[in-house]
Amino acid sequence: MNRLSLFAKLSISLVVFWLILFALFPNLLVIGISFLTKSESDFFTFAFSTESYTKLLNPVYLSVFLDSLYLAFITTVMTLILAYPFAYIIATVPKKYKFLLLLLVIIPFWTSSLVRTYALIAILKTKGLLNAFLLSLGLINEPLQIMYTEVAVFIGMVYTLLPFMILPLYVSIEKIDFKLVEAAKDLGASKLNIFKTIIIPLSLPGIIAGSTLVFLPALGMFFIPDILGGAKELIVGSFIRNQFLLFRDWPFGSAASVILLIIMFIMLAFLAKSQKIESSRDKA
Amino acid sequence: MRKFYASFIYTLLYLPIAVLIVYSFNASKYTIGWKGFSFMWYEKLLEHGSLLDAAWHSVSVAFSSAVLATTLGTLGALALFRYDFFGKKIFNTLVYVLIMSPEIVMGISLLMLFVFISLPLGFTTLLIAHITFCMPFVIVTVLARLNGFDKNIIEAAKDLGASEFKTFVNIILPNIIPAIVAGFLLSLTLSFDDVIISFFVTGPDYEILPLKIYSMVKLGVKPEINALCTIMFVFTLVMVLFSQFLIKEKK
Repeated sequence: MNRLSLFAKLSISLVVFWLILFALFPNLLVIGISFLTKSESDFFTFAFSTESYTKLLNPVYLSVFLDSLYLAFITTVMTLILAYPFAYIIATVPKKYKFLLLLLVIIPFWTSSLVRTYALIAILKTKGLLNAFLLSLGLINEPLQIMYTEVAVFIGMVYTLLPFMILPLYVSIEKIDFKLVEAAKDLGASKLNIFKTIIIPLSLPGIIAGSTLVFLPALGMFFIPDILGGAKELIVGSFIRNQFLLFRDWPFGSAASVILLIIMFIMLAFLAKSQKIESSRDKA
Repeated sequence: MRKFYASFIYTLLYLPIAVLIVYSFNASKYTIGWKGFSFMWYEKLLEHGSLLDAAWHSVSVAFSSAVLATTLGTLGALALFRYDFFGKKIFNTLVYVLIMSPEIVMGISLLMLFVFISLPLGFTTLLIAHITFCMPFVIVTVLARLNGFDKNIIEAAKDLGASEFKTFVNIILPNIIPAIVAGFLLSLTLSFDDVIISFFVTGPDYEILPLKIYSMVKLGVKPEINALCTIMFVFTLVMVLFSQFLIKEKK
């Protein structure tokens, strides 16, 4: 290691200090407090216990987690199905259109998910656009109740998170060497076979990255189910919020957050592994 | 077929936003049906004192946190690019973990920290939280630009006797300015739009726009919110266009 100048030392310590104080330490606090005991008068008392974790195994709380995992999983699958052909199209259009088409995906990607969730209400409500459209086509005789149902929550999740799936998929499909496809065609491979044995495996890193980017926010989100679903079903996000702001049970809320962190690390491990494979292939 | 599917997805992405914008100019109180063009909901916004306060709070937090996050993030990116130091790998990993970290966990962990050190919730706590979640995005944006940088130029400057700081100001900085500005604009947008983390780290007397919208929506839809959301969308649109233009330039 070469000797660092004062400027380098100062800038490194400043940034590292910030991240330790406001990112690492708070997370360690969550883990630490999850092993403490709830207190009636204060947020917690300093007594080691695994009570919060055993409490999570109660079927009532377990079902909150299972419901949230189910919601996040279905959301991920639906966005993947919708986004894949689209990302493929964008990745294979002539170069001069690419920037514009991509920009049109990036705009909603950066737009507040609250604003976009709110925008959906005008479409989904009983007297909204979707019902008016279906009625005028004669497909239905009376307006459907979509708002405040599970369907609305799914629509909201998929709509909000779709760009998070499209962008990583686009990046990895764009990297595919389409000479391989040509070669496979020359050798007589069917379209389905090319897709199964070339396109899908080569875009796997994008599939994993996109799924991570959709699954994790979908798991922790609380305002979409709140606004569109009427918060009938409890999901992890609102559950954690309630433990902190309503019931003041810090250890219990922390334990639930630790589970979320564990899920995140599992997904990140997958992501890192798939990217390692990709970069070793890039070098080859 | 390809064109059809692509247009279908774009319609999906933009239809709700388009409807929102159209209704924000609708003279009717009930959003169904068109009763003529009007600015009345925008005028209503201007009469809404607490909303204006929230808007001002949002702008102050977004601007100050973006300035600080960009400064710290640029130094962080530079450190990752230029120097070897103890814990560099952990630092690098932490940056990516922070980007992926569930917002709700970041929100409550910071809330616990602030309660722990008894820092009153409000502007300061929002500022700290927003700097923390924006900085990794700045680091990644600036680092991407630095990675396209010819290290020989830095060596040349050093050989000619430039100090580390001088090399940074005269050689590196002018080259990565577009990425820094892009990082700044993205921080501004991220901070301006954040709901979940802000929800936990702000106090009752320091309201910001997204949280105000959230509580208004829960009480029932009012047409003013259409106008407010339209303004927020336009803000994001301008930031994205500007930052993409900067990132794309000279690549």
